[in-house]
Amino acid sequence: MTEITLIDAVNMALARAMANDKNVILLGEDVGANGGVFRATAGLQERFGEARVIDTPLAETLIAGMSVGMSAQGFRPVFEMQFMGFIYSAVDQIINHASRLRNRTRGRITCPLVLRAPYGGGIHAPEHHSESTEALFAHMPGLRVVIPSSPARAYGLLLAAIQDPDPVVFLEPKRIYRMVKQAVEDNGEALPLDVCFTLREGTDISLVTWGACVHETLQAADELDKLGISAEVIDLATIKPLDMQTILQSVEKTGRCVIIHEAVRTGGVGAEIAAQLAEQGLMFLMAPVQRVTGYDTVMPLYRLEQSYMIDVPRIVETVKQTMEYA
Amino acid sequence: MSTVASFEINYTQFLNENSEVCQPLPPFAEDPSTLISMYQDMVLTRVFDKKAIALQRTGKLGTYPSSLGQEAISVAVGHVMQSNDVLVPYYREYGAQFLRGVSMKEILLYWGGDERGMDFQGPREDFPICVPIASHGPHAVGLAYAFKLRKTPRVAVAFFGDGATSKGDFYESINAAGLWNLPVVFIINNNQWAISVPTKNQTHCETIAQKALAGGISGEQVDGNDIIAVRHAAEKALEQARNHGQPSVIEAISYRLCDHTTADDASRYRSDDEVKAAWEKEPVLRLRRYLEQQGHWDEAKEKQLLANCTQQVEAQVNLYLDTPPQPPESMFDYMFETRPHDLNQQREYFKNRVK
Repeated sequence: MTEITLIDAVNMALARAMANDKNVILLGEDVGANGGVFRATAGLQERFGEARVIDTPLAETLIAGMSVGMSAQGFRPVFEMQFMGFIYSAVDQIINHASRLRNRTRGRITCPLVLRAPYGGGIHAPEHHSESTEALFAHMPGLRVVIPSSPARAYGLLLAAIQDPDPVVFLEPKRIYRMVKQAVEDNGEALPLDVCFTLREGTDISLVTWGACVHETLQAADELDKLGISAEVIDLATIKPLDMQTILQSVEKTGRCVIIHEAVRTGGVGAEIAAQLAEQGLMFLMAPVQRVTGYDTVMPLYRLEQSYMIDVPRIVETVKQTMEYA
Repeated sequence: MSTVASFEINYTQFLNENSEVCQPLPPFAEDPSTLISMYQDMVLTRVFDKKAIALQRTGKLGTYPSSLGQEAISVAVGHVMQSNDVLVPYYREYGAQFLRGVSMKEILLYWGGDERGMDFQGPREDFPICVPIASHGPHAVGLAYAFKLRKTPRVAVAFFGDGATSKGDFYESINAAGLWNLPVVFIINNNQWAISVPTKNQTHCETIAQKALAGGISGEQVDGNDIIAVRHAAEKALEQARNHGQPSVIEAISYRLCDHTTADDASRYRSDDEVKAAWEKEPVLRLRRYLEQQGHWDEAKEKQLLANCTQQVEAQVNLYLDTPPQPPESMFDYMFETRPHDLNQQREYFKNRVK
């Protein structure tokens, strides 16, 4: 079994899904001959043909909207939005149509589609390429929102997203597309879409995070360990629905929680987790829930990008502050 | 300098506003039963419409958009669609929807605030009406792409108002339809008004039909109050789409004789004189006069038809009014095929509260 990157795992899952089900169709800008700007779909048009791997016109509303039409006819479109900043004209289709058609028609018309998009900063990309707006989608009824943080989870979660009978927003942390390699078996096994992954067990504090931040959080946990603080690290992975049970069980054990996300602070998914901890886990808590998040600013251009990004010292510092309460 | 492209847009009318035949009729119009059938369907649509407004005015229906004056367009298209084609309507196509087997009860349920009105028991693959303007254009493209992939001779037919053609969604749709030679037909009900904004304030184009050229597909204009012209164009367009993968745009010029919806008051932005003049061109009277001239229609038949339509509408209204309400917790039940844990908890909480 060779070791592969997260982007390779995405490609492997797409190929597996297409081989297993002829109704799986890929579409988007530059997904065909070019294999996607990050190569997520490399080789797939060659293998599965132009009819099933569609290079669309440069029109995001069309891409999302025609996916709604195709999914209504029993296809399983997996469409790529090239960057997060280009996603918004497709959001009308996701919010007004894909997420609602099942409910509107009382189950008569459904939308088993997947929106794939690279998201997040840290790669010195141009303007409008680096945002983390997962909370927009998490706020919308009728959607599932998934963010993988390792090759194996990317493979299993993407297969699950494609098999799911409802629309799934699948956001890929592009900073870690090629950061780590991992042995992933191409066994076609999907992961559940409603369960967090506990990546590291600990007893003093629960660190809840997702996407590329998982890596800084794991590094922070290593450093904290040297300071005698035992941190549990949870990769949220399924942003919606939230697996609060796993988080609550962890916090019951540790009594403390820090949430780490790259997205802006106000109205972020971290706020929802903190609110649910306040509702259901207050009695477990020995310290206030803290958040380490992006600032409520426009994502800076790349010269200032690192000032926005979350680094290990910021996580360690916040954990230390939390530990001081009790 | 040389011309690299040029265009012309054709306009078709068979029956002018005085119900006079202004050019040789197409073969289907030589058969009186076809014309009578379309006439009956227009009248039925109008009777339904009038009743729906009455229901709204008496508090038995929510906000309702009427199709008054525009019946010829949807009835003509409904007549030429095949049952396995897919209709992607906006919200003034009751005539086509009835012909396709959507019941009046379902339309009333929808505007009466009940989602079950979108669960059509007849045409299971037809889309429900689309409120966000033009956003259904890409759906028709996706449907047509699906038909093409499956190699089935089906057509997606999408309706838009004139205002919708100002939106990017519309351009993105015709562009893709042309690019991929998809079996899709775009029908524009140019009823002259997008709520309060007249067509002349939507676009500098002389016609909406010419917007088709931006997608590399053909566009034509017809008198949308002449059902023979609409049917003639639609028949041709569907055949071209179905058998040759040639999508097209039909701009049918009509007039919105009604308010935008029952929540609108059109007298705020247009003159009575304009509306009065538009009544002279309306489609139902136009065909009736022609049928009468040809000896195929008379007062007695008209009376009988109105009685039949009224009876049919009343029966459906009663079915609508007698429909038991949905259980309140049904709002949770169609969000996902399998309800996630958190939504289950909310549903349980809700059920306990409303007990």
